[in-house]
This record gives sequence, structure tokens and C-alpha cells, in this order.
Amino acid sequence: MTGVLPVALANATKVIGNVIHTVKEYVMAVQLHGDVGDKELAEALENFKGTIYQKPPLRSSVKRTIRKRTILELELLEHNGRYVLLRVLCEAGTYMRKLAHDLGLLLGVGAHMRELRRTRTGPYREDETLVRMQEVSEALYLWKNEGDERYLRRVVLPVETAIVHIPKIMIRDTAVDAIAHGANLAVPGIVRLTRDVQPGKLAAILTLKGELVALGQALKNAEEIARMKKGIVVKTKRVYMKTDVYPPIWRKNK
Amino acid sequence: MGLAEKGLIFIDKITIHAGFKNEWIVLREDDTSPDYGVLPYERKIEDHIRNGVINLDKPPGPTSHEVVAWIKKMFGLERAGHGGTLEPWP
Repeated sequence: MTGVLPVALANATKVIGNVIHTVKEYVMAVQLHGDVGDKELAEALENFKGTIYQKPPLRSSVKRTIRKRTILELELLEHNGRYVLLRVLCEAGTYMRKLAHDLGLLLGVGAHMRELRRTRTGPYREDETLVRMQEVSEALYLWKNEGDERYLRRVVLPVETAIVHIPKIMIRDTAVDAIAHGANLAVPGIVRLTRDVQPGKLAAILTLKGELVALGQALKNAEEIARMKKGIVVKTKRVYMKTDVYPPIWRKNK
Repeated sequence: MGLAEKGLIFIDKITIHAGFKNEWIVLREDDTSPDYGVLPYERKIEDHIRNGVINLDKPPGPTSHEVVAWIKKMFGLERAGHGGTLEPWP
């Protein structure tokens, strides 16, 4: 299997788990074990759109009980003889190998997955930011041996790219260090927040410069927060920023 | 352009690039001091690496864990991790 694999470096490992449960897109080559007409294939594929049921394969890292998964998009890219090329946009934890196998069962001829490429993991896609091992190695060489860091800056993306798909809250400088110490976020510390902030859901807490401070669980929705004058609205769950990067003004106020 | 404006533009830019969008509700106006913190794209290269993610095109053959171990070694880091496993082959 090839394709999009976001790799977090050092501190960024703290939040990369956040992209595991996001939508995935794959391009998959399936080999059919018998001949199938275009119309028959198109009809069979319709059955896999929307909610499907899957039992994780023998070789998998999760409990093998039947799970419900959503196929958001399923597109037939090519059908050439016994080869079928599909583009699949699905929920995290959908097994592509199983999908290929089940398609074969439904068609009555049998099928298996021949090749798989992931083209998207939540915020990371197959675009100009996607780099090969060779490019990483070259960029590192240019920095270490020629002092040129430009390529490395293109190869390594800021950790903030890992939180773009979740609700966001930008806070004042004076609130930053308290959050870095694990405190919960109160309304007066907020400068702006996105409309999708919802109770129980994760939100990224950012400085006004755009630096990730922490991930927290919102306690109210955005509209409610906007009407409030005071009170705790986000429970800090995972602190990202080190302490003492921003001044500890909050201590004086105690 | 103020630092807070640059910070907002950065967050909006990376959000839109990934295919999402931010609808902001502004509660109050405030700026940020240049004396502490840094725009995420202006971190010193060593800090940029330690707070970085590589959108890696996984090669066929090795497992996701092996690939991550190589990256970790290449950069001389104590930690690296990936966002979701990809089977080695096919």
C-alpha cells in the first residue's frame, strides 16, 4: 500500500492521533475472478454506497465484531477486463480489502484487492505537500551540509496543519500560559471562535499568532459562548504548548 | 499588517488548503505581542522540525511503523508517530 501517511515529528506526536479518526480516500485496483458486464458492475457498486457492515479481517488490530461504516463516495474510475479501479471516500476504519472481497461475493464471481493507494487522511491530501522519502532525505542533506533550510521548510509542515478540520478558538496572550499549565478556558480569554464549536466536541485552542496551545472539549456551542460574559467553556484535554512561552500574567490575578 | 492578522490569515489559509473552512465569531478585538511566541511558519528550523508533520507518500514494501522509524532516525529525534496505519502490501 502507498500514499498519504502523515508522520508527526517529536512534539507533534502529541496531536497526530487526532487525524486517525478522520475521513480517508483511497484509489483501489480490484481483480475480479470472472467476467462481469459494465452495467452489472455499476449496479453492484450501488449497494456499497452509504452504510455498510464489515467484519474486520483476520489480520487486523481491532476486535473482530461486525461494524457499521459509511461509504461517503464510491466512484468507478475504470473497468478493463477483470480489473476495476475505484475511488472510495469513507469513514475511518473501513477495510478496503474487505470491500473488494465483498464486491466479488455480490457479483458472484469473487474478487480481491490488487493494489491500494491512500489519497487522503482528513486534512492531508495527495497535493504539492505530499513528499517521498527521497525528498525528505535530500532536504535534510541540504540543511545539514549546505545550511540551506528552504527545502526542509517545504517538506515539514507546521503542526497546526493537523488541526484544521476541527473547531478552533483563538485566545488572548494573557490566557495562553494558564492553558499551557492545564487550566480550562474561560470566556474572557477568547478573541474569536469558529461557528462549529459544539458541546462535547474537541476544539483546538490557538494563540492569536496561530500557534497550537492545546486541544480541549467544548462545554457550550459557539452561539452560547458568544452571549456569555464569564465562565469556563472549554475543558483542556491535551496541552501542546510548553509553559512559560507566554508570560504568566494569570498568576498575578489570583 | 499586525501579528494577529498574520496569525489569522495563516490559520485560514491552511484550513482552506485542506478543503475546510472557518466561520469566525469575533468576541473582542485584541492584538498579540511580538515579545513572545512566534508565527508558526517563522519558527527556528530546529523548532519547526520538532513541531512538524511530514505528509509522506508511503513507499510500497515497508510497514508504516518501519517508515516512521526511518524518519525518526534520519532526523535524530526521540519520537515520531503516524496518523493511521497503512498495510505493507499490496
